[in-house]
Amino acid sequence: MNAPTTSAIAERMSATGTANALELRNVSKFFGALAAMEDISLSVRPGERRAVLGSNGAGKTTLFNCVTGDFLPTSGTIRFFGEDVSAFPAHERIRRGLRRTYQISLLFSGLTVIDNIYLACVGVSRERFSFLRARRDDALMASAEDLIRLVHLEDATHTPVAELSYGQQRQLEIAMALSGAPRFILFDEPAAGLSPTERRELIDILTGLPGHMGFIIIEHDMDVALRVAESVTMMHNGRIFKEGKPAEIEDDPEVQALYLGGGDDG
Amino acid sequence: MAVEDTRLTATRRTEARWIERIPLAYWVLGLALLMMPAFANDFVLYQIFGWTFILGMIALSLMFLAGYGGMVSLLQMSLAALAGYMVAIFGTSAIETISMGWPWYVSIPLALLVTVLFATICGWLAVRTEGIYTIMITLAIASAFFYFTRQNYVVFNGFSGFNGVLPPDLFGVDWRGPKAFYYLTLFWATVSYLAVRYVSKAPFGLALQGVRDNPRRMAALGYNVTAHRVAAYAFAALIAGVAGILLTWQSAQVSPGTAGIGPVVDILVIAVIGGLRRPIGPFIGALIYVLLKTFAVDVLISLGLAGERFQLLIGIGFLVIVFWSPDGILGLWDRWKENRGRDPLTGERRER
Ligand SMILES: Nc1ncnc2c1ncn2[C@@H]1O[C@H](COP(=O)(O)OP(=O)(O)O)[C@@H](O)[C@H]1O
Ligand SMILES: [Mg+2]
Repeated sequence: MNAPTTSAIAERMSATGTANALELRNVSKFFGALAAMEDISLSVRPGERRAVLGSNGAGKTTLFNCVTGDFLPTSGTIRFFGEDVSAFPAHERIRRGLRRTYQISLLFSGLTVIDNIYLACVGVSRERFSFLRARRDDALMASAEDLIRLVHLEDATHTPVAELSYGQQRQLEIAMALSGAPRFILFDEPAAGLSPTERRELIDILTGLPGHMGFIIIEHDMDVALRVAESVTMMHNGRIFKEGKPAEIEDDPEVQALYLGGGDDG
Repeated sequence: MAVEDTRLTATRRTEARWIERIPLAYWVLGLALLMMPAFANDFVLYQIFGWTFILGMIALSLMFLAGYGGMVSLLQMSLAALAGYMVAIFGTSAIETISMGWPWYVSIPLALLVTVLFATICGWLAVRTEGIYTIMITLAIASAFFYFTRQNYVVFNGFSGFNGVLPPDLFGVDWRGPKAFYYLTLFWATVSYLAVRYVSKAPFGLALQGVRDNPRRMAALGYNVTAHRVAAYAFAALIAGVAGILLTWQSAQVSPGTAGIGPVVDILVIAVIGGLRRPIGPFIGALIYVLLKTFAVDVLISLGLAGERFQLLIGIGFLVIVFWSPDGILGLWDRWKENRGRDPLTGERRER
């Protein structure tokens, strides 16, 4: 084992920009005897946009849950911009610039749209414990309003979330993931259930993100995935099955047999 | 840009006239409470309203934890008693061997500090549990506090506790005079009520409600869920602590019985009867409780029944409320208003 000082120096050196945004080494997650994710090793560069494909139950959402700390992996290490975050609670990872959306929207249904986004902005600020209400010129409130504009929810600003359409709720999820200064975002099937128009808006938002903001997107719709991502990871039965450029993956006979077979109807 | 501008002016207008947005009912209630000493006799001022405001504050501290934080704590009465004990110990009482006799500006802040610290430790233990287990662990701490104070003679003076615990003669006022005590308790009840209302919409309060509804999501937004819950215990303890000091001054004494299992559970009953969803609920519950506790005995005896049955009356009232309206009296009121706004035939909402 390394002496603490050596590893601390290595930690700092690797955190100074050369490190990968996300680095998973031999990460596994077992639910009882079920291996939802087995021996996953994965590297994503800063600013890289990666699509994760795979059938239902392949372990994609489990991968996200382990990365964000929603639950701890059974084994393996996770590094975020060089820092070993494997044992960090979720909020510590989020405060370091990691963000996510949920496949099934997790929103505060009793609160309004603006309050949901405001909560997201406060969560990654220093005002989490503030006993003072937001003033009219509050910077966090202003950034919440910017995010509302970004996802085209202006007209629903003061609508309780419970009254939003499904598509609007998905957009709100994305706005909340963009709060503060994200360095890397995990999108869990953001396009599922959206109308074609909403899908186009989503693609615009994703391609319009600043270049340094890398992300992983889980997406069943190849059209969406391949338009926003520059690399693809295929998962199957909790393992990584193939990695490559979108074109390679699309043309790969094994992938076609497994995943795209008869998939033209989308 | 144009849209932006109109919206900004709209906010400015509502902010400039916030005083006009206070509903008429609040003006009426506020005025009635301020004028009360002109009509009510000393007993009503001191015993009925003074006690109502104090119990209302303690129940309010529970309402804050339960309503906004989803944590039902049976600890609040013990925290109030602890604050009372601390002013007796740090300040003056008839038990001169124990009381340190420090001036009020030392003893009161110190008492509140000890109370908040104790609540923080208990909160830290309790927030790891949920639902019925939170109730059980806080009840366990409350009973431990009761038995400890009863058996410890060195610090808590055991069974008899402390008497002769009096408020300071600040501004030359006898604060135990009925009118002065009425205004003193009214003032602190109002401050607590407004503080809870204000904080509920501040980042801390909003986040607490987020933690109540979806802790996992809050963690994924960067919140330390445990720390937030513990901080809620600390804030609530401040309110309970102030109330506890007032309670101690009211009867000039504090003893293990102040936070016996009965009073501990009564706080829960008060909060539930009034309603846990809004900060006014606990005060309504407290008024009902105090009225029952004060007059039910006489009513029962005049009906030829045993006076002790008033506990039964409170119990039945509790059952009825829990059964008919889980949101307490306030819930009944809401439903009545809702129904009034509907057309009785079609059930449709009427346009106003
Ligand atoms: N919390 C959980 N408890 C038990 N099993 C789970 C849990 N979450 C996921 N699983 C199981 O792990 C496997 C992978 O699930 P998931 O990661 O959600 O797949 P995907 O997102 O690729 O559809 C599935 O078999 C699923 O049933
Ligand atoms: Mg999934």
